[in-house]
Amino acid sequence: MTIDVYSVILALLAAATAGLVGAFALMKKTVLAGDVMSHIAIPGLGLAVIWNLNPIVGGALTLFLGAFMISRLEKKTALSSEAAVGVIFASSVALGALLINSKEELIDALFGGFKNIPPGEFAFGVAASAVIFATLWAMRNKLIIGLFSEDLAASTGIKTGTINFTFLILFSLAILVGLRFLGALLAGALIIVPASAARQLTHSLGMFLGCSVLLAIASMVAGLIISSVYGLDLGPTAIVVASIIFALSLLKTKK
Amino acid sequence: MSNILRVENLSVALDGETILKNVNFEIEKGENLAVIGPNGSGKTVLLKTLLGIFPHEGKIIRAERTKLGYVPQKIDADRHLPIDLENLINAKAAVLGLKKSDVKEATDAVKITDKVLKTPIGHLSGGQFQRALIAFAVLGKPDIILLDEPTASIDQLGEEQIYELIHELQEKYGITIILVSHDLSIVYKYATKVLCLNKTGVCFGPPEIALTPEIFKKLYGQEHKYVHHLHHDH
Repeated sequence: MTIDVYSVILALLAAATAGLVGAFALMKKTVLAGDVMSHIAIPGLGLAVIWNLNPIVGGALTLFLGAFMISRLEKKTALSSEAAVGVIFASSVALGALLINSKEELIDALFGGFKNIPPGEFAFGVAASAVIFATLWAMRNKLIIGLFSEDLAASTGIKTGTINFTFLILFSLAILVGLRFLGALLAGALIIVPASAARQLTHSLGMFLGCSVLLAIASMVAGLIISSVYGLDLGPTAIVVASIIFALSLLKTKK
Repeated sequence: MSNILRVENLSVALDGETILKNVNFEIEKGENLAVIGPNGSGKTVLLKTLLGIFPHEGKIIRAERTKLGYVPQKIDADRHLPIDLENLINAKAAVLGLKKSDVKEATDAVKITDKVLKTPIGHLSGGQFQRALIAFAVLGKPDIILLDEPTASIDQLGEEQIYELIHELQEKYGITIILVSHDLSIVYKYATKVLCLNKTGVCFGPPEIALTPEIFKKLYGQEHKYVHHLHHDH
């Protein structure tokens, strides 16, 4: 397997954005909803195969459509976001499995692969990562107040609806950046697992955010090395590493 | 003196259910309005509507450039949230474009220690947590502070300290207070006006005049032990 430096850079950016978005998602208690969100990319990956598009384009198409539908369903019906995400997730997986009729392509869509990426996709990944970092930095104060209490945020003049929707978009972008490497099933895992381990290990906000990013990057680096040495798939390897880090973090007793 | 806040025919319906109907009241700067009423009478909804969280019919007229602060009844703060009061206060200061000296003034006014500032929110005691919320509300020098049962989750000693603190802040900064409370002794001690709420306004005026046994019967469906006691004292 030849290792392409652009793919490595993008894989590390994917890890960093997943770690940062994951830390905020964990505090917002939306990690699981977010994880499930990544599955909404599956029919998009299927459409990309059929229409011969870049898989990220297809994934983006259904992911943003899904994000939009979830926020509409929450607003227009009495459904909780859990239920809204659940319904869209289940139908996405089924639709995706129907659309992708080659077993091999289905496995790639679900678990990802480490392939050389076209320049356009690299540029998109770098731009998306920059948007994620810049937007999170710009809205960090509003996010912090909102995740403590939406009422207090509203009393401070913060439009929590806008903040939440923006976060959902950033979350979808983070999934998209990682989709190529981790696949639709595991893209969300790099958002949940390192953040959860970091939460075990730290007590202050700054340390938590930094630790989450570092652990995600460490998982990806170890995943890249181990998978290339032993000829394994990158996605599952990186997530197993992240899970081992999480298991080790449990050894630290919290007060 | 002109009113800092006037509410006319305020009605709020949420999910098709009427929560508030034709509520009227007005307060002047520096006054202390107590809002009382049984559970489900719309007290919290009234505060949130004044904050602009819920849509409403009728008029809410605030004096020009009036800023609001809010101390919510309870916050389901995740005990494991890695956020301390310093993070929250600094976040609010950044959102409102305030200076470091404003932050210091707010934490000093509420007598928050450095240790409390740096303790994760979920690890604060009930009294410290309330103080933290008041510090958050005071930051930015609001003209009106809305407090929703600020002592619901703390012991009696802590409760007195919190009310003393609110009173002090009011004297010091001339803040107008709107306070939802179950505790009638507090209402009699601090309130200059009282609004009895049961979806609609049942009474409004100075507590000694507005709170009659008939009003209590209307409000709670029975005569209130406390009002007899207090009226005998008068």
